[in-house]
Amino acid sequence: MYPPAFNYSAPTSVEEVLATLAKEGEGARVLAGGQSLIPMMKLRLASPSYLVDINDVDGLDYITDVNGHVAIGALVRHNDIVKSELIGSTNHAMTDAAPWIADPIVRNRGTVCGSIAHCDPEGDWNSVMLAARAEVVAQSAAGERVIPIDDFIVDFFTNSLEPGEIVKEVRVPKYTGRGGGAYVKLERKIGDYATVGVATQLELGDDGKIAKAGIAMTAVNSKNTRAAAAEQVLVGETPSDELFREAGNAAAQASEPETNVRGTEEWKREVVSVYTRRGLETALAQAQAQA
Amino acid sequence: MQINLTINGAEQSAEVEPRQLLVDYIRSTGNTGTHIGCDTTSCGACTVLVDGTPMKTCTMFAVQANGKTLTTVEGLKQNGELHPIQTAFKEKHGLQCGFCTPGMMLTSAALLEQNPDPSEDDVRWAISGNICRCTGYVNIVKAVQHAGELIREN
Ligand SMILES: Cc1cc2nc3c(=O)[nH]c(=O)nc-3n(C[C@H](O)[C@H](O)[C@H](O)COP(=O)(O)OP(=O)(O)OC[C@H]3O[C@@H](n4cnc5c(N)ncnc54)[C@H](O)[C@@H]3O)c2cc1C
Ligand code: FES
Ligand code: FES
Repeated sequence: MYPPAFNYSAPTSVEEVLATLAKEGEGARVLAGGQSLIPMMKLRLASPSYLVDINDVDGLDYITDVNGHVAIGALVRHNDIVKSELIGSTNHAMTDAAPWIADPIVRNRGTVCGSIAHCDPEGDWNSVMLAARAEVVAQSAAGERVIPIDDFIVDFFTNSLEPGEIVKEVRVPKYTGRGGGAYVKLERKIGDYATVGVATQLELGDDGKIAKAGIAMTAVNSKNTRAAAAEQVLVGETPSDELFREAGNAAAQASEPETNVRGTEEWKREVVSVYTRRGLETALAQAQAQA
Repeated sequence: MQINLTINGAEQSAEVEPRQLLVDYIRSTGNTGTHIGCDTTSCGACTVLVDGTPMKTCTMFAVQANGKTLTTVEGLKQNGELHPIQTAFKEKHGLQCGFCTPGMMLTSAALLEQNPDPSEDDVRWAISGNICRCTGYVNIVKAVQHAGELIREN
């Protein structure tokens, strides 16, 4: 399968990438890992007139610890997250999610930021980012702006980037207190997208009560969705099985899954409820294990 | 566009259209061991090592290989000697029709480079992006572990 013809360049600096995007205008697209864009182009679901390949740009593959957050550059591949000790010690949900994204070969190429930009409601990273309350750093020739993930994800395959902007990095806040998280994913087989995925994150206050909670869902709405009502159930409360069950039910109510080859609407809603509860249990155990 | 790259130690240069898929370009150089199975990033038959890392070449453009070093199944053999993974696939009967085999061997060779003593789980996990319709994977897993033994003996 071949996409329609397009023009291509592979700049070696961010400045050149931004200048090329500005010059080529509407028809230009960033090519990162290409693990979503190239299949879409081959199926002719996307037909950019110009691809700006960022793979040759130096210095975009960083995972760094900066002022309370971990910054993940635009060329960090899924597999870099699997291997990252910094992520392993700071964000349990990311560590859970990474090895279940696609398959090992796709993970060598696909990028975290590309997945975030893609806004596929079946993609896993945006749920993890919602639960962690991450921020996206958008850069254009005019400068940089920081977009909270809730505002970045607009809808089905739609982000809030302006023309000429790229995702330069994503910033994942570190826990401020005792924290934990999980990503629980149901998939039919390796390489398939989630039937249902739930990202959870908890932080405990000194009194042992829940100070912060993050819950977001994959593949059950037209975009990755924060289960805000479920989070509200938790904040300020003492963790208990009963509380987690209540949060699971609230998350299920916020999901609007569709019946398809992966399962029925009713069953997926049940999975959301159970996975939310399980994720919270894991997150709590991790938080409590910290001194 | 002009591209320059190395395939199995040989320098290549060519004039390609940006939309030319890397797998088709590789096959056009005579390295037809690189197969096209699904053409949709699912099966791994098109897997090639790009600067040592397995990539699905049906989901890369040839222009993206500019400046890179590629190893295809034809490049596994060195100085007339089969690579241990090739010997092991033969000895352990790790193939039937052979269609998935080039991708399987390249993915496995990359695994063994990192971990010459993989457990059964390690192997199954590493090859989970490569689909085989014939073998049921049992002998493939045995072959990869046997190749590890051959590498460790040397
Ligand atoms: C077989 C298979 C299975 C998969 N399974 C899963 C799965 O289980 N879970 C999952 O989450 N994903 C899955 N994916 C998708 C994979 O994670 C992709 O890597 C990801 O969706 C896109 O990242 P990319 O770097 O490949 O982006 P690309 O394909 O290069 O780009 C995707 C889109 O984002 C834009 N873009 C990319 N980077 C930037 C940037 N820095 N700034 C602005 N725009 C940008 C592009 O212009 C394009 O519109 C799968 C893919 C395949 C082929
Ligand atoms: S042909 Fe490339 S993954 Fe199947
Ligand atoms: S041996 Fe036939 S597909 Fe694997």
